[in-house]
Amino acid sequence: MEHVVIIGNGISGVTAARHIRKLSDKRITIISSETKYFFSRTALMYVYMGHMKFEHTQPYEPWFWKKNRIVLKKGLISKINTSNKEVIFDNNETLAYDKLIIATGSKPNKFGWKGQDLEGVMGMYHKQDLEKLEKFAPDNKTCKRAVIVGGGLIGIELAEMLHSRNIPVTFLVRDKSFWNGVLPAQESEMLNKEILANHIDLRLGVNLKEIKADENGHVKSIIIEETGEEIQCNVVGLTAGVSPNIDFIKESEIEIERGVKVNRFLETNIKNIYAIGDCAQQHNAINQRPPIEAVWYTGRMMGETVAQTICDNKTAYKPGHWFNSAKFMDIEYQTYGWVWAETKENEARFYWEHQSGKKCIHINYDKKTHQFIGINTFGIRMRHHFFDKVLTEKRSVEYVLEHLADANFDPEFYKLHEPEIIAQFNKENNSTIQLKKKSWIRIFSKS
Amino acid sequence: MKIIKQTGLIIFLIGLSIFIGTIFTGSFRLEQAELDSFIKEKQYKSTVINDELSKAVVTSEDLNIFQFSSRVIKAYENSNTHYNGLIAKYDAEKNWAKKGEQYQYKIFGKPHSLSFTLAKKAGNRLASDNTGLMWFLTFGLGIIGALLFIVPDVVLLGNAGIKNDGIFLNAATNRGWIGWFAFIFLVTFYILLYFYPDFIVNWVYLVDPISESISGNPASQWFLYGFLYCTVMSVMAVRMYIKYRHNKYQILRTTSVLFFQIVFAFLIPEILVRFEKPWYDFKNAFPLDYDFFFKWNLDELLASGGFGLFILVWGVILTIIIVPVMVYFFGKRWYCSWVCGCGGLAETLGDPYRQLSSKTLLSWRVERIVIHTVLIFVLVMTGFALYTFFSGANEVIGIKTQTIQDIYGFLIGAIFAGVIGTGFYPIFGNRVWCRFGCPLAAYLGFIQRFKSRFRITTNGGQCISCGNCSTYCEQGIDVRAYAQKGENIVRSSCVGCGVCSAVCPRGVLKLENGPEKGRINPTEILLGNDVNLMDLINEK
Repeated sequence: MEHVVIIGNGISGVTAARHIRKLSDKRITIISSETKYFFSRTALMYVYMGHMKFEHTQPYEPWFWKKNRIVLKKGLISKINTSNKEVIFDNNETLAYDKLIIATGSKPNKFGWKGQDLEGVMGMYHKQDLEKLEKFAPDNKTCKRAVIVGGGLIGIELAEMLHSRNIPVTFLVRDKSFWNGVLPAQESEMLNKEILANHIDLRLGVNLKEIKADENGHVKSIIIEETGEEIQCNVVGLTAGVSPNIDFIKESEIEIERGVKVNRFLETNIKNIYAIGDCAQQHNAINQRPPIEAVWYTGRMMGETVAQTICDNKTAYKPGHWFNSAKFMDIEYQTYGWVWAETKENEARFYWEHQSGKKCIHINYDKKTHQFIGINTFGIRMRHHFFDKVLTEKRSVEYVLEHLADANFDPEFYKLHEPEIIAQFNKENNSTIQLKKKSWIRIFSKS
Repeated sequence: MKIIKQTGLIIFLIGLSIFIGTIFTGSFRLEQAELDSFIKEKQYKSTVINDELSKAVVTSEDLNIFQFSSRVIKAYENSNTHYNGLIAKYDAEKNWAKKGEQYQYKIFGKPHSLSFTLAKKAGNRLASDNTGLMWFLTFGLGIIGALLFIVPDVVLLGNAGIKNDGIFLNAATNRGWIGWFAFIFLVTFYILLYFYPDFIVNWVYLVDPISESISGNPASQWFLYGFLYCTVMSVMAVRMYIKYRHNKYQILRTTSVLFFQIVFAFLIPEILVRFEKPWYDFKNAFPLDYDFFFKWNLDELLASGGFGLFILVWGVILTIIIVPVMVYFFGKRWYCSWVCGCGGLAETLGDPYRQLSSKTLLSWRVERIVIHTVLIFVLVMTGFALYTFFSGANEVIGIKTQTIQDIYGFLIGAIFAGVIGTGFYPIFGNRVWCRFGCPLAAYLGFIQRFKSRFRITTNGGQCISCGNCSTYCEQGIDVRAYAQKGENIVRSSCVGCGVCSAVCPRGVLKLENGPEKGRINPTEILLGNDVNLMDLINEK
């Protein structure tokens, strides 16, 4: 029986395993050094915040793996021997494979800051980071202040976590505004306000110079590059992005660049070895996507795809329209299609913000053809299926606005803002768009 | 703010301590005249009971309620023992006529209920004579303290939004020692209420004036329970309003369930009594209202003229037409989460415990077996009840209808719905009864599962499997298992509380009453990936 070995038990690896099991009878082994059972990494923050216990982040009960004949092995791979078709553990144990899937995800970036390996300095990525945080920042007596270095999603989540235990946080962001490499100025500004409203000391446009230690090798303070200011703190969170976790592959025959290089079938240069998820790097970017996508959903989609290929149904990774979501403190964010931080030549934008300053939508469309390109929504939930369809059907911005009631996914009885949104659009564009009543027929019709 | 909160907790605990302490206060004794009128009222044929009770409780001694209760029960036992002795004697003598005569002298009824009725008359010094003051020191301090504890959350919880911070780090909400204490307290309360009402007669005194002002009658332990129920729900509803103030669905639902509890379950039945009509809760549908077709209820309704007949017809229409039609359009949530009293308590008092319900496959299996067994039990029992009502026989295939009714009343009505159903909140989550025991939930569930427009829609491929939805599902549904597959949640047990949708950080879940078509949508590959597995399968 063919033996499929999967390195990494994150969403990519586990999805691959589940789909291979659905499609075949192959022997499957998943190797991880982090935890025995698959858990949702994105939910780690809720464990620290006390919303959930760690067990709750595990989507499958322990019996699931046995029942589905997926062998879980705890261990750290130090090498891959491609000629013998085996992986070598750090204790020199070996395991032979017929097909190998590399799904090792990523690791937090460190940029060679002085003091970056001190006690009390950590990323917020692994289960072990959570354990460290619980040790160094259990409450605001042990941790008088924490400094977070690096904007982005993990940074703001870490800030929210610490805030939930009333630990004062200083948040150093290199950009002039939070996450404005990704978000347009308006949304970014809204989030700046939200961060400040939660009493987080947000410092924009600053870099970390160094982390200073006390006599025990524990972090004592940090110095800001631009101002030379020293901030006393007990914990430093490094959240300046992630990069593929592939150091152990460097000595093998497998071609790597920043990540493991793969083609559209998620195959590496070595036959029978595949790479998926955060650690995979496309030779050529797909559409407007980056070549490495460190997103939950794309990892899952690659897992689904590689399973097809491995089970003799060679399938290219063909992600559909871009989408993503996040939550910043109390503000939910969803995006469908593309809304770049900077408006491109051919693009026109429409921005509406609710008077509360906590809800907005930003629509991107083609200046000439009025074709809908994408939407950012903050504080209003929208239906994925709706936008997937309008993007596929290449609908106009007018069509999207007319049917905004179909798109709304907020809970029942929530205040609807569609009339206000459309009124503003009409005013700004001298148009006469009329909102159509929500229609189940349209919502459920297949594109 | 924290100081106010802590002060509130202290005041609440003082109120609770006095409330508990009240049980042990006061003295109970009867005057001979009171006893005489009681025996006359009860029309006891026993000649022994008067002497026995007189010896026991017409006394100058200061009896506490436990001594009083044990003396009364002893007196009843003595009387019954006396006649049992005679029965045995005449039996030995084969004097059948005499033996038969003795049975009328035996006194039936639950000993603690008889003792409760007497204790209620037997006077008391503390609780009965200073009702207003004592009410303030118990209920009053409890309410004030609880509100002082709850209201500062407006500020302490920060901006409106889901704030479940620290729930699993708190001994009260994580099966810690506070949770276990709450469990012991609640279970004890229900055991006293159902099986030892005489022990809590002092509590009943506290609400006598309120009962008299509504129905014109002194309070029973059930009035006390109803009043306490409404009070607890109201106070905890304030907590719901604060916690979910950003969520209009939760606000409206809490208001609705509170309204139906206070007006329909509490005030209307009591007011009906004032107008000498049968006590009836118009929203309580069979089979949750399991004694609706019992002989005593049918007799009472039929004896109450046109109004009784109206209730009879309304009860039947509610059960066989309104309930299924409403479930078709809105799912069972219209009842379980918007109307039902049991649901109302679960959603208010029980909300802090919702995350404790088990989501394992094993508990789901147990749930399906147990809840459907209860439904079958209630249907068989009702069949028996109706058969005996119309036929006049008191047994079917050799089984006494009364026996079945007693077993159900004890096992399901008291132990399951009360002691376990509410007492186990702090350990097994807040809808133990709704999930494992309620026959109406089982009935509504069938309709919801197979013929309804209701479902929880999942939003394409947006789920990140974080598990908040599953954790906070009070019905123990593994919501995430569906959401991560992009499958709509169409489950019998979903009561549509809407909390999964509220706690989802990615906006994935929405309660919808859409068209039936496409409600069940098993998906192989999620939205976002342009592989269409169905096409692939069709191509093969």
